[in-house]
Amino acid sequence: MHPILKLVVQRIALGLLLLLAVSAVIFLGVEALPGDTAQAILGQQATPEALANLREKMGLNQPPLTRYFQWLGGILTGDLGKALTNGADIAQSIGQRLGNTLFLAGCAAVIAVPLAILLGLVAARHAGKWPDKVISGITLSTISLPEFVAAYFVIYIFTQLIPIFQPVAMVFPGMTFWAKLNAVALPVIVLVLVVLAHMMRMTRAAILNVMQSAYIETAELKGLSPMTVIWKHAFPNAIAPVVSVVMLNLAYLVVGVVVVEVVFGYNALGQYLVDHVTKRDLPVVQAVGLIFAAVYIFLNMAADIIGILANPRLRHPK
Amino acid sequence: MDDKHKQLDWMVAQAKAGRMTRREFVGRTTALGVSAGLASALFGKAAQAQEAKKGGVIRIGMQGGESTNSLDPALAASEVPFQVNMTWGELLCDVKADGTIDLRIAEEISSSPDATEWKFKIRQGVEYHGGGTVTAEDVVATLKRHTDEKAQSGALGIVQGIADMKAEGDMVTLKLNAANADLPFLMADYHLMIQPGGGVDNPAAGIGAGPYSVVINEPGVRHTFKKHANYFDSTIGHADEIEILVINDNTARTAALQSGQVHMINRVDPKIVELLKGVPGVQIKAVAGRGHYVFIMHVDKAPFDNNDLRMALKLAINRQEMVDKVLGGLGSRGNDFPINAAYPLFEDKFEQREYDAAKAAEYYAKSGHDGSPIVLATAPGAFPGAVDAANLFAASANAAGIPLQVKLEPDDGYWSNVWNVAPFCASYWGGRPVQDQMYTTAYLSTAEWNDTKFKNAKFDELLMAARGELDEAKRKGMYTEMAQILRDEGGLILPMFNDFVSGVSDTVGGWVDDPNGELMNGRAQIKCWLNA
Repeated sequence: MHPILKLVVQRIALGLLLLLAVSAVIFLGVEALPGDTAQAILGQQATPEALANLREKMGLNQPPLTRYFQWLGGILTGDLGKALTNGADIAQSIGQRLGNTLFLAGCAAVIAVPLAILLGLVAARHAGKWPDKVISGITLSTISLPEFVAAYFVIYIFTQLIPIFQPVAMVFPGMTFWAKLNAVALPVIVLVLVVLAHMMRMTRAAILNVMQSAYIETAELKGLSPMTVIWKHAFPNAIAPVVSVVMLNLAYLVVGVVVVEVVFGYNALGQYLVDHVTKRDLPVVQAVGLIFAAVYIFLNMAADIIGILANPRLRHPK
Repeated sequence: MDDKHKQLDWMVAQAKAGRMTRREFVGRTTALGVSAGLASALFGKAAQAQEAKKGGVIRIGMQGGESTNSLDPALAASEVPFQVNMTWGELLCDVKADGTIDLRIAEEISSSPDATEWKFKIRQGVEYHGGGTVTAEDVVATLKRHTDEKAQSGALGIVQGIADMKAEGDMVTLKLNAANADLPFLMADYHLMIQPGGGVDNPAAGIGAGPYSVVINEPGVRHTFKKHANYFDSTIGHADEIEILVINDNTARTAALQSGQVHMINRVDPKIVELLKGVPGVQIKAVAGRGHYVFIMHVDKAPFDNNDLRMALKLAINRQEMVDKVLGGLGSRGNDFPINAAYPLFEDKFEQREYDAAKAAEYYAKSGHDGSPIVLATAPGAFPGAVDAANLFAASANAAGIPLQVKLEPDDGYWSNVWNVAPFCASYWGGRPVQDQMYTTAYLSTAEWNDTKFKNAKFDELLMAARGELDEAKRKGMYTEMAQILRDEGGLILPMFNDFVSGVSDTVGGWVDDPNGELMNGRAQIKCWLNA
């Protein structure tokens, strides 16, 4: 077998194993929470009788191990069950919200990733001079703002000062693509501001690192322009660290943006998860947790594999 | 002269928008030299011009919705499901803003002289959204469903008091376990939406006889409705469509109102009310209601089993400071019983209890408390500003020499681990339409939600007697006596009644202040219209 293929297969197998381990951890973690769903649902109205009735009805009296395997089996067959709180089909609810999550993350990534890399290249080209300082200064200050503060700024600027966007960013099936883009404009701006610095700084650092090499000096001596040197000779060798940072940020865009979702009322997975956590709706919490874990594992795996492919020593083994 | 005309025009416009009372209007126009008679006539004309306009889409941005919400009216517990159910559902009868009964599906209500048997005559031809009309059998089936413990209905306590229900022709007869002169008010409970077949097969179908039918139900995101063409009451349901958007974030909700994305919002943060008042196109509606914020002591647990200590604490709280600082002035002081002028049969004869450090210290010394810290549990979610309120309370009590200490609890699990468990904690009540219901829910010895563990035989006896008493003067006297007992002996410290504070766009017409609940008791979207 080609060593790269072997490496890739290994990574995928490892990823799946990790996912299984995560599923067990999620289940255990949720089990360890104080209180249970029945109590959370009834709240102020929890009398011992009502509690017992509800626990019985929800099957919360069965042993944990049985419930774990029932759950795992359900996932493999695509059946995530029904939400304990309102009886809605979980797979269906998640499906639409996952789409929204990916849409928002996708929009932010399409802008943020090329922009960050471009800014990183420019900053590296002018390292230590004013363009570098301006770019670093601005991106580092935007990443230092808590997301909700950035969100409030953006709301103030674009709905009050220059009223061109709407503060509430809900998207629905049936909206045109442009209407959707218009709706998510504000959260996308916030997310771009938040993720830009990390990727930009990593691109800059990786390029500067490569710039010390002898072959770059050779390229410069050949008379190539500085931008060509960076783009053609330095960048390909800096891809691996950049890709892994990009993937980390993509993962963040998918799983970590609940604050932004809440501020803009965006109907995606994060808010859905938080709502169900407060109601102790275990099946939903577990399902969403597993999806988030899968996204993380998949993106990290992709970063690994791209890193391997970008390495000529691994691509062309002797 | 020109300038005067402009001013007059402006005032007429204000009156049209319902932003000026007659007295204010007449006062200000006569100052311009207009005769009082003409001014009054002008006002009448302006107010008349406030005629319902049909059509359009009313959008409301609301706090209090989660993706866990259901359309099953039995399960409604937060603001959004409440508002949503009011849009598609219809009740037997409702409570008007002035506290009288509004006949809905019932077109006639009568009771036996002893108030133990009630008859509701069902209006003919009230159509459901899916076709078919409301029958007496549906009404009985609906009430029966709420009596089933498995339905987990929030109205269980209400329907449990009904011994027998019967449907004959267009008449529903309810026989009660004990007399209750307030039964129609109880039937106006927001859980008791009449559903076809009682909603037994699919309680969360969202099919009812209300003015709008459900189009999209995405819990925690949005709920959309379209006009039910055959709705029986033409004075309700002016817009073609209704959209309720769940916007839990305070800033986003306010921005949505300012930018015109929604026409109304609930729960305006008291801290920003002053700022919002200056914003063009937006009106703040602060409506005095029955909701109140409380600190509750378990009267059966030490040290709160000592009435002198309870009295010391009641005197050690600065109520005016709470209203000013926690409610931003949008509320009124409480007097340690849960009833205010928004209730029918309220007698305003009680002296306002004030902060009195000296007297509090006196009671505290008399109680013989050992000086160990008195712990007050609170959480941000106990009520808006609960942590600030608890700290203010501790400061004023400490000044009187009472060692009150605040313990901050997490929001998560507060209602299961702290409320009704800790002997002294912060909480809130939304109020009920009538005094009987409020007392029965939380102060009767046997009440499930008796969160002060208050047990007083005389109080219980008065409550039962008042229920069957059809003579209003006598009933009023009984309620006053009960308030006195609770105020002087109860475990309830009630520093303030909070206003419902909503934000409404200038384009909305038909707003009426309703003390029964926020956003016109959940009905702003079906009773208001859009002028623009």
